[in-house]
Amino acid sequence: MDATEAATGCIIEIRHLWTQFGEQVVHRDLNLCVHRGEVMSLVGGSGSGKSTLLREMLGLEHPSRGEVRVFGVSLRDGDPAELHGIRNRWGMLFQEGALFSALSVFENVALPLRELKTLDEELIHDLVMLKLDMVGIERGHAAKMPSSLSGGMVKRIALARALSLEPELLFLDEPTAGLDPDRSESFCSLIADLRRELGLTVVMVTHDLDTIVSISDRVAVLADQKIAALGTVAEVAAVPHPFIENFFQGERGKRALEGLKSPAAVSASGQQER
Amino acid sequence: MTSSAAPNPLFPSLRVERNPDGQSVVKVSGAWNLRSIQPVARTLRQQLTGHAPGAQWDLSAVSRLDHAGAMMLWHAWGKQRTGHLQLRSEHEIFFAHLEAGPTLADKYGKRVERRRSLWVPGRAVVTLGEHIMQVLILLGKVSLAFMEAVRHPSRMPWREISANVYRTGAQALGITALVGFLIGVVLSYLSAQQLKAYGAGIFIVNLLGISVVRELGPVLAAILVAGRSGSAMTAQLGVMRVTEEIDAMSVMGIPYTLRLVLPRIIALAISLPLIVLWTNAIALVGGMVAARYELDISLTYFITELPDAVPVANLWLGLGKGMAFGTLIALLACHFGLRIEPNTESLGVGTTNSVVAAITIVIIVDAVFAILFSSVGVP
Repeated sequence: MDATEAATGCIIEIRHLWTQFGEQVVHRDLNLCVHRGEVMSLVGGSGSGKSTLLREMLGLEHPSRGEVRVFGVSLRDGDPAELHGIRNRWGMLFQEGALFSALSVFENVALPLRELKTLDEELIHDLVMLKLDMVGIERGHAAKMPSSLSGGMVKRIALARALSLEPELLFLDEPTAGLDPDRSESFCSLIADLRRELGLTVVMVTHDLDTIVSISDRVAVLADQKIAALGTVAEVAAVPHPFIENFFQGERGKRALEGLKSPAAVSASGQQER
Repeated sequence: MTSSAAPNPLFPSLRVERNPDGQSVVKVSGAWNLRSIQPVARTLRQQLTGHAPGAQWDLSAVSRLDHAGAMMLWHAWGKQRTGHLQLRSEHEIFFAHLEAGPTLADKYGKRVERRRSLWVPGRAVVTLGEHIMQVLILLGKVSLAFMEAVRHPSRMPWREISANVYRTGAQALGITALVGFLIGVVLSYLSAQQLKAYGAGIFIVNLLGISVVRELGPVLAAILVAGRSGSAMTAQLGVMRVTEEIDAMSVMGIPYTLRLVLPRIIALAISLPLIVLWTNAIALVGGMVAARYELDISLTYFITELPDAVPVANLWLGLGKGMAFGTLIALLACHFGLRIEPNTESLGVGTTNSVVAAITIVIIVDAVFAILFSSVGVP
């Protein structure tokens, strides 16, 4: 663990972050800390800047002011070699998968491993097959091209690719959007399993209440250009704020939170599925 | 962290010891995660091979493990769990995964081998036939859409046509002017060298006039427009196909031939003759300037002499060619655009093919024109 990370205890640390597009202020003096080993959900209305914040955590965009540190390295003025190093320590699942359309499923997952240039082909082959197996893709699909697969399969393969470098930190953008309920449930338990086995830290942007309730340790609500509430699902749901009331106290919200009333049952069943 | 023997607790290492019974024990220690093993993967692989099958493995000093590390050890054991294995309970799960994976047993074949048959030329002919067929079908659909639009002028996509005329015509004026002017200068300068030798300097007007107006202007403009607008059309339609915009349009009951293909063809059939006219004019200006300096032929003489030297039929022929080229370029660009499959490679190949096919067809059709109209416009 890096010295700065150890000092603050945050795997991702956002300090006094401002994001502005012209006149429009998206984030105003936003602070957030993601602890090692937790699953953090980012929720917020459309246009509240969730995806922008995620992109800023990945260094794809830079904030107008303020600082983002991941693994204790500042994404803006960190040492280029260090920045390169942390890119091998995180994985990102894009909303549409972002698989390389010119490469087969196998090649897609193998690409980050091949880029290391030190592993032999046999090890890469078996690792790729193991990852595909973990996300529930049958080997018959390995030679297919992404364009011939369904959206749910693309998402699972993209997850396998995000996991291929054995990351410590995993970013998920709407991981269960577009999956049927059964698939999204198994996706959640897959994430929960992986997290238990590998000690993953997960940051996800999602709208799906069931996903939030079933796997997240903490929820950060983005509203009014800042983090309006931060805490466990039950804590956040109790915060009096118009967006939160809408989000958690609607019909669907109530149904999802219903499960929280008997927390023991939920966590037990959530952990033991599969 | 627990291993006191290893100098750096994070460094993946292994060494062989003898236990009290005299058996060799391979002691594995350090962090065996991908991040730690990948810089030293080659050395580790060498160290891992060559251990007796019956050797005992002690993994209890391994501080970190992940699938990659477990897989590396797994390979060293001949892809099975070695008999004498000591490991931490929390690491058990990684080997459980490997044991449970029967899918690892058989080798994933290379990508389905494309059969290299001897009939490559035959396949090329078949592909060409397919293309011709599809272009004809597209032409038929567009003609039907055109008839429809003529019968109901309100359905004619005027706005798209005008937008495309602007994009393919007005915005191409700069580049065609530059190329036309330079070609005019070069042609005039080189011809002047030869004509001077025979004292036939004044024939530069006939030479330049006929070659530019009848041949060079239309072909030059068409090639530039094929590269510039043809590729853009292919890419546009291709991306629209990838993002299912064309399907969305069809579902709404808007025929894409009417809304996407027809305006592009009509627009290029209008704008290319105009571009040809423009290129002709600029190329002749270039020629005139070069003739002025090289042969001392005054600009006024050149301009007054031009109508006598070049029968006006040549101009009409050139403009007619421009119209035919424009139609063909747009038709081919749309054809290739609509064939693009949803992946990046196909987009690249499609755009390349579109431009190559358009330029080739322009030159073929130009040859056909030359033969058909060989007696037209020659004084």
